[in-house]
Amino acid sequence: MLTIDQATYDAIVAHAKRDHPDEACGIVAGPEGSDRPERLVEMTNAAGSPTFYEFDSTELLALYKQMWAADEEPVVIYHSHTATEAFPSRTDIGLASEPGAHYVLVSTREHGNNQGPVEFRSYSIVDGEVTEEEVAVSDESSPPESQRSTTP
Amino acid sequence: MTVEVRIPTILRTYTDGEKAVQSEGETLGGLIDNLESAHPGLRDRLIDDKDGQPDLRRFVNIYVNDEDVRFSGGLQAPVADGDQVVVLPAVAGG
Repeated sequence: MLTIDQATYDAIVAHAKRDHPDEACGIVAGPEGSDRPERLVEMTNAAGSPTFYEFDSTELLALYKQMWAADEEPVVIYHSHTATEAFPSRTDIGLASEPGAHYVLVSTREHGNNQGPVEFRSYSIVDGEVTEEEVAVSDESSPPESQRSTTP
Repeated sequence: MTVEVRIPTILRTYTDGEKAVQSEGETLGGLIDNLESAHPGLRDRLIDDKDGQPDLRRFVNIYVNDEDVRFSGGLQAPVADGDQVVVLPAVAGG
């Protein structure tokens, strides 16, 4: 099960809506072994595409170095689908390389950049095996603004 | 001469769980060949032999001293004593 606070959930949804019709992507880091998604980092989709995403390679290194220095790990890895359901594509499954992470998919196909509900679903992807998991949104306040960043 | 190579979680099955290993070589390609002798199977996860020519796999990023080797010579990128090499799988999908 993925437990995520309301502010982080909302920020992921807002990012997906903002970048629609291109796919949005990012991570939520948390203390190693805690399974607590605490620090949202929006990443640049280097592919800039409605059907593909890829973290910019320079940002990716900066992000991992930050996490290593802070004893964090990627708790959530998210991206959006802008024309299809919030289910991992074959490419998503083939390229998933963080077996401990929650892979979150948001689909903006219904309302695009506009207000309105989105599909927000979470999966574990281990050795090509996809398992959907429950998403629990908690009221617990998110970390202060100062701990957030838009780019690593 | 030794070079530290940072191994991502997904590839630590090849390094007995070690987060970083030491290797040596004068180029990234040579370094990876040496890694392979100590950690069999690792090379194949990093390199694709296209038409008999070894090339970095498309969805693996390798950095020498923070520089993405795609912009600094790929497998021919020079490495030197004390350099740090980081391997990170691309975070990508469709």
